[in-house]
Amino acid sequence: MSEGYLFAPRKVKRSLPQKLLDLNWLVIAVLILIAGVGVAMLYSVGGGHFDPWARQQAIRFGALFLLMIAIALVDLRFWFQLAYPAFFGALALLIAVEFIGVVGMGGQRWLDLGFMRLQPSEIMKIALVMAMARYYHGLNATQSGQYVRLIPPFLMVLLPMALIVRQPDLGTALMLAAGGMAVLFLAGAPKWLFLGGVLAAAAAVPVAWGFLHDYQQQRILTFVNPESDPLGAGYQIMQSKIALGSGGLTGKGFLMGTQSHLNFLPEMKTDFIFTALAEEFGLVGGMGVIALYLFILAYGFYVAATCRNQFGRLLASGLSLTMFLYVFINVGMVMGILPVVGVPLPMISYGGSAMLTMLTAFGLIFSVSLNRKLVIPKGL
Amino acid sequence: MASDTSRFKTFSRRAALLAGAQGLLTAVLAGRLYYLGVVEADQYEMLAEENRISIRMLAPHRGDIVDRFGETIASNRQDYRVFLIPEQSLDVRLSLQRLGQIIHLTERDLRRVETQIARQRKFLPVTVAQGLSWEDFAKINVSAPDLAGIQPDSGLSRWYPDGPVASQIVGYVGSASEEEMDGDPLLTLPGFKIGKRGVERSYDRILRGRAGSSRVEVNAYGRTIRELGRTEGIPGDQVALTIDMGLQRAIAKRLGEEAAGVVVMDIDTGDIYAHVSTPSYDPNSFNLGISRENWAALLRDPRKPLVDKCISGQYPPGSVFKMVVALAALHHKIITPEKTIYCNGRHRLGDNVWHCWRREGHGAMNMEDALARSCDVYFYTIAHELGIERLAQWAQNFGLGQVFDLEVGGESSGLVPTPGWKIATTGEPWMGGETLNVGIGQGALLATPVQLAVMTARLANGGYMVRPRLVRAIGPDARALPAAPNGGWPKLDFAGDHLAVVRRGMEKVLEYRGTAYRSRLSWNGMTMAGKTGTAQVRRITREMRDNNVKQEDLPWQARHHAWFVAYAPADKPRYACCVLIEHGGGGASAAAPVARDVMAQALERDPAGRPALDQMRRALGAAQMPPGSSFVDD
Repeated sequence: MSEGYLFAPRKVKRSLPQKLLDLNWLVIAVLILIAGVGVAMLYSVGGGHFDPWARQQAIRFGALFLLMIAIALVDLRFWFQLAYPAFFGALALLIAVEFIGVVGMGGQRWLDLGFMRLQPSEIMKIALVMAMARYYHGLNATQSGQYVRLIPPFLMVLLPMALIVRQPDLGTALMLAAGGMAVLFLAGAPKWLFLGGVLAAAAAVPVAWGFLHDYQQQRILTFVNPESDPLGAGYQIMQSKIALGSGGLTGKGFLMGTQSHLNFLPEMKTDFIFTALAEEFGLVGGMGVIALYLFILAYGFYVAATCRNQFGRLLASGLSLTMFLYVFINVGMVMGILPVVGVPLPMISYGGSAMLTMLTAFGLIFSVSLNRKLVIPKGL
Repeated sequence: MASDTSRFKTFSRRAALLAGAQGLLTAVLAGRLYYLGVVEADQYEMLAEENRISIRMLAPHRGDIVDRFGETIASNRQDYRVFLIPEQSLDVRLSLQRLGQIIHLTERDLRRVETQIARQRKFLPVTVAQGLSWEDFAKINVSAPDLAGIQPDSGLSRWYPDGPVASQIVGYVGSASEEEMDGDPLLTLPGFKIGKRGVERSYDRILRGRAGSSRVEVNAYGRTIRELGRTEGIPGDQVALTIDMGLQRAIAKRLGEEAAGVVVMDIDTGDIYAHVSTPSYDPNSFNLGISRENWAALLRDPRKPLVDKCISGQYPPGSVFKMVVALAALHHKIITPEKTIYCNGRHRLGDNVWHCWRREGHGAMNMEDALARSCDVYFYTIAHELGIERLAQWAQNFGLGQVFDLEVGGESSGLVPTPGWKIATTGEPWMGGETLNVGIGQGALLATPVQLAVMTARLANGGYMVRPRLVRAIGPDARALPAAPNGGWPKLDFAGDHLAVVRRGMEKVLEYRGTAYRSRLSWNGMTMAGKTGTAQVRRITREMRDNNVKQEDLPWQARHHAWFVAYAPADKPRYACCVLIEHGGGGASAAAPVARDVMAQALERDPAGRPALDQMRRALGAAQMPPGSSFVDD
């Protein structure tokens, strides 16, 4: 069409086994390793039993792993075409849960599909990055720097955010915003926007405070001073810090964590699983798991940096960043440097939603990787 | 392509920036983990241990209280109970209501728990119920997670097999009050009991023992997962009393619901073989904390079940004091045994007239007869000659006005009046007529039954100043210790033949024409010597005298106190005994028959007398005692 994409390089049609061989199996091995750590920790917090958590988590990983491979093998242009429909579909689901959703822990809403519980906000995390990547794929460098071009991506971020804040799930909403902003930044949006944005956010803090629910305010106050209320809201974070600290350098040993096995640790199979891990494997174990995450997330950036099309670039880096936020918020929260917002540690925490998001994201990153030489026209 | 190159350059630059930011944030996480797990590791390790390990105190076994033969008076028995710790319960009422669905709780229980919660600090446990069945106890344990603050417990609780029989001496146990906290951490242990009264209280430190401890691993809900180590406590020592529970029980049964006090003691060692005060209370009912109504009822009862009449009750001794007066008069050569005084029923001093209990008088009385028939005029005469100072001195020598420190608490000293005492308390001088009243054991003179038992013992043992004791030995082999040897008691200064006259008088009390002839004891050559006493509670008016008012016609509270002191066997005394029946009417009718039965029991149980009595029983079949009623009064 325009911009010299008319002459795409000669397409190399690859066979399915060839595609499979081209996948980065080292990264896949690390993903399996992370999931393995998760299963092992669930075995431990389950009191040394595979049931009820570890076995289920392993089965879930098996199924979602196949889903990831399937996503990876699909041509990137299919995902390119699916970007907008996926976004609007996710938005429709978010609206749907407003009316027919089931309210669960921490206010998160899901749709009960019978065979699984679907959290539309999780789908939105992927769909938003896809849609924004699709949008900026269609803009050249000059256009990307224009303020007027910011209106559609802002709407793309604010609409789902507003719906998710209403659930209320502040953590997910902020993560969504941060992921969206990161894609904007990488796509080349005016840099003054971000400097101004930081200042505006700082100015908005007192105003936003008034809009927060009591329990949300409590979480933040407790975060600032957890010792003020050791038996109430500060209990979780106090106990988590005790577990992390008492783990020391090398930990108390597998199945030997006292804080987790004696139930001092709250929510240990979900949000606080990193604490249980660091208690049993110490600083070494905790840093090891963080390093594993860093490795696969760096791979996402590597894929983005070597991709020849803007969509793939933004998609791989945006998803990688979203995954980083997951890990950072969860680990920062259990260490007491971020408020407790109920974000799981993907793949290790018990539960399917975060694992689904993570493996879908990596399916897409692998898809980008397999198609990195592909030139996608602006408006395919 | 140019545009994409430009876009790619922007992307690369900014991606590098974001990657750097991510690296930085990861470094923050790593730094934080290092701070927690390495820099502050020791502190958090300690906190984790504090979380995990709980030191539980182990209550030691409370020492038993046994009688002189090792029979149990107070012990411990297995008990399932349930506590409420107010601090751990979000809603006390709700917790109790839920508990009430499992076990039966009465309105009374709930009110008691609530008052106790209001009274003490919130972390101190309150016993909700005890003596639970195993089924109820198991049910509570199963529902424990839903019962915030409710704590089931199995342990030992105090048990008094004979209930009220010895409660006045032994006392009872209860939870320590704020004032009783003495720094021993044991007292804060749920359900831990300390002695509140009697020997339980005075020997609490010996009976209590020392706490053991158990280091246990607990989970976040405080449930014990396993024990890490245990140091057993040191059980409390056994305390052996001088009491003979067999005799104690027999006396308690004989007295029934009468308001009375009986003391039996060994005249040589001072061992108190029986110390019965009736009516009494059941110390077992204090285990759970007695209800307000029951407590009020005990306080309100005119027969005063909470008062130990043997040591706390003070009464005018009446005629049982006459032996001391007689002995003093002989010693000070005021009279000789044979010299007679004529009794016409009245004695004049100045303008006043003192009456003898026998209106028509006794006629000519020598000392033995005056004691045997309890002639008041005889004693008015010699008491007047003796004077109050010498009388008071002799009373004190025989144990009146003394506290013996029997270690059960609440001992009264009685009162031996002197002119100095009177001027100090009333500001008025001593009147000569008052000496006459003291001479027949009336007036301001007050004594406790235990003091009069001591007086009798000192008469019976030849004037040795024996002191009574209730606690015989302390320690695990208490029963193996020998009885305290007779000896070391200072002897009172009087002649043996003077004492012989007085003792002959006491023998004649139970002989023909003696005031207590009907209650005589004569088995297998063993007899009893004694003295009746009737102490006025109210002044006898002229109308009463003229109308010949009978004691039985008066309301209970207006009747005379009845006394009888005795020793036996009369020829070779071993036991002294004092019987007081509050408002019993007359010493001869109410107290003497009891004293005879008590002495018979004491002699029967006496190791020295047992073979002879057994032979006699076989010869006679079942022994029949003469009925214990008498119209003879003194």
